[in-house]
Amino acid sequence: MTPEIGHYALVLAFALGIFQGCVPLYGAQRNDPVLMATAVPTAVAQFVFIGIAFAALTLAYVGSDFSVVNVFENSHSLKPLIYKISGVWGNHEGSMLLWVLILALFGALVAIFGGNLPLTLKANVLSVQSWIAVAFILFILATSNPFLRLVPTPAEGRDLNPLLQDPGLAIHPPLLYVGYVGLSISFSFAIAALIEGRIDAAWARWVRPWTLLAWIFLTLGIAMGSYWAYYTLGWGGWWFWDPVENASFMPWLIATALLHSAVVMEKRNALKIWTILLAILAFSLSLIGTFLVRSGVLTSVHAFATDPTRGVFILALLIVFIGGALALFAWRAPLLKQGGLFAPVSREGALVLNNLFLVTACLTVFVGTLYPLALEALTGEKISVGAPFFNATFGPLFLMLLLAVPFGPLLAWKRGDLPGVAQRLMAAAGVALVVMVATYAIAWGGPVLAPVMIGIAVFVIAGALTDFAERAGVGRVPLGTSVRRAAGLPRSAWGTMLAHLGLGLTLIGIVGETQFGSERIAEMKPGQTMAIAGYDFHFDGIAVRPGPNYRDQVATFTVRRGGDVIGVMAPSKRTFPARSTTRTEAALMARGFSQLYLSLGDVSASGTLAVRVYHKPLVLLIWLGTIVMVIGGTLSLTDRRLRVGAPKPARGKAAMQPAE
Amino acid sequence: MRWLRLVAILLVLGPASQAPAVQPDEILKDPAQEARARELSKQLRCMVCQNQSIDDSDAPLARDLRILVRERLQAGDSNSQVLDFLVQRYGEFVLLRPRLHWRTALLWLAPPVLLIGGGLILLMLARRRRGAGPVDAALPQGGALTPDEERRLAGLMKPEDR
Repeated sequence: MTPEIGHYALVLAFALGIFQGCVPLYGAQRNDPVLMATAVPTAVAQFVFIGIAFAALTLAYVGSDFSVVNVFENSHSLKPLIYKISGVWGNHEGSMLLWVLILALFGALVAIFGGNLPLTLKANVLSVQSWIAVAFILFILATSNPFLRLVPTPAEGRDLNPLLQDPGLAIHPPLLYVGYVGLSISFSFAIAALIEGRIDAAWARWVRPWTLLAWIFLTLGIAMGSYWAYYTLGWGGWWFWDPVENASFMPWLIATALLHSAVVMEKRNALKIWTILLAILAFSLSLIGTFLVRSGVLTSVHAFATDPTRGVFILALLIVFIGGALALFAWRAPLLKQGGLFAPVSREGALVLNNLFLVTACLTVFVGTLYPLALEALTGEKISVGAPFFNATFGPLFLMLLLAVPFGPLLAWKRGDLPGVAQRLMAAAGVALVVMVATYAIAWGGPVLAPVMIGIAVFVIAGALTDFAERAGVGRVPLGTSVRRAAGLPRSAWGTMLAHLGLGLTLIGIVGETQFGSERIAEMKPGQTMAIAGYDFHFDGIAVRPGPNYRDQVATFTVRRGGDVIGVMAPSKRTFPARSTTRTEAALMARGFSQLYLSLGDVSASGTLAVRVYHKPLVLLIWLGTIVMVIGGTLSLTDRRLRVGAPKPARGKAAMQPAE
Repeated sequence: MRWLRLVAILLVLGPASQAPAVQPDEILKDPAQEARARELSKQLRCMVCQNQSIDDSDAPLARDLRILVRERLQAGDSNSQVLDFLVQRYGEFVLLRPRLHWRTALLWLAPPVLLIGGGLILLMLARRRRGAGPVDAALPQGGALTPDEERRLAGLMKPEDR
């Protein structure tokens, strides 16, 4: 019964969505407050019904109801509960259901927390949001129904792919989806503004928190996925420029650009048309990502051609939404008046430069991802565009952007003083230079470009701190005063500082891991020892350990440094009988920000075990940096000046702060 | 979303591609040659895998290619000769970093053209804007207020009790 309830709830959500897509929109045209007000309850109800559908599918998974095809294909009665639940979104149909659930969640959030939005804007936003939901619910109902039954009911399921049975994967997709789909709100706001034909600084003030929220989750989701790949795939790779990764990275780049241009719009009422365009592009790239992943076009153009139902459906949605949005943009954008003039050298100018680099970087990834598909479709010729291409093109672009990062926050609005800013950054540049030379000396004869990149990273970090220290008065006033001043700085200033600092940390991690890492591959017998980067690994032996739905072959290594035992590492090979597959479980040991990484290969006929040992210097900074960025984003999100309709301060004085 | 790729791999290509690639018995005695082999392996595609280099993949074909690369290096080939040899055998598809050619010109030229073109457009806009008039604060726009806005405005303008 439960799956049928879920199916029915989804159909109801679809019908409600059509209502929500039409009535408030019509109400906004007629300026009828009653019709417009219907948007709020329908948006909430739509979320509730999709929630019921999602809960029904989850119940089928938890109860191992193998009469449902989707559960049969992706679950197993012996699977731990957490993976029964994560199995819901570990497959195509379920993940699409999660997609629309989050879409409706954002719609409901705007309905509930958007009390201070102008009535017409709110009605239009919720209608546009609902059209997206309608389209994707239709996609699920027509091509990817997760509630289909199977007769006769099988006794046991086929189990979830073992690689997906991992805590990292239980939370990675929801995080990423919240980010991906959260960008739909900025999109809906942009379309609503175009429909109304008016837009002002307040619009940016409403859009920015939503974009920031989506950006935070997208950042977390990408970082989480990267760390998962790092510890799961057994060779410590953490970014592969894979089309699927690129699909999530492109919206991130544009969302980052959007966050920066929305600041300009909010503070200076400039860059309006550009900000609208970015809001449209960010979500369009999310849709393109969904198409790339969901249509099978990545596996091969031919696979797409043999079973095109889903792919063609999503492609049609892409054309309707992206094409429609861009057409509306072309038609209405000229009506929007530009305001807020500024000189090229100014905070606005710096943010425009930031946008130029981010958009170019995004288009580079876009071209690199789609070029092979397009070339094959047009000429039949097959080429590969992989990591070496992206490193050679995206890398330099991003390094140039990073060099400019410290200048932005130091420049004044309207008209900046570049030589003055350069002078204030002398200390940061000096620190960076010293670190660069030191790195070069320590790693004598090592990679030549690596110290330069470390220098750039240190410049970004020191630059972020420079602005902050100046505003807190470090060195000019007593330490206690400057600490108090720093604590009193607006949270958005903290956010900027931390986000830029995190970027520098991530770059240090990337350079450390890729340029200074070492690895050794050898065949070992119990009792033998292998050395890498000053650490000795003594192979103690192998034991078999049973798990709930798998069997572990665990190898134990004692790790020594300079003769002292510092720990035991136990990598294993995990066999899942249900799918008769084996996966490698690497062992990781953190040493400061660096890691030792140990993974097992095959056992040879002679009884030796293939062992891979990696030393990955500073690798943890890659993810630590992203976490610092996320903390920065969160602080900025809680800045009361960014929340529309924040309660009035106790004393009227705080409201008089100068706009930053 | 890499997991989705893995689903694809496991569904389409069978259970490959976890676990690291280079096997102990493949490694060359000469560390310099081995380092070159690794460098080349990272630029070569495992043709039966999805976007994996032969350095990353444990598919049998990848192993054959790794051994082939090492054989060519031992035979005294330069790096580019090895790449030429593989392209001749397997086509451009084997290269993860496509060579510059008229078919790939758009791919390689897109980033610099976009950056420089975008920069020039911005410069032109800035120049035009400078001639447009004095730097001015944002002006309200959008015409008359709607009744709803009038009401909100009246609410906001009410004298505060403090």
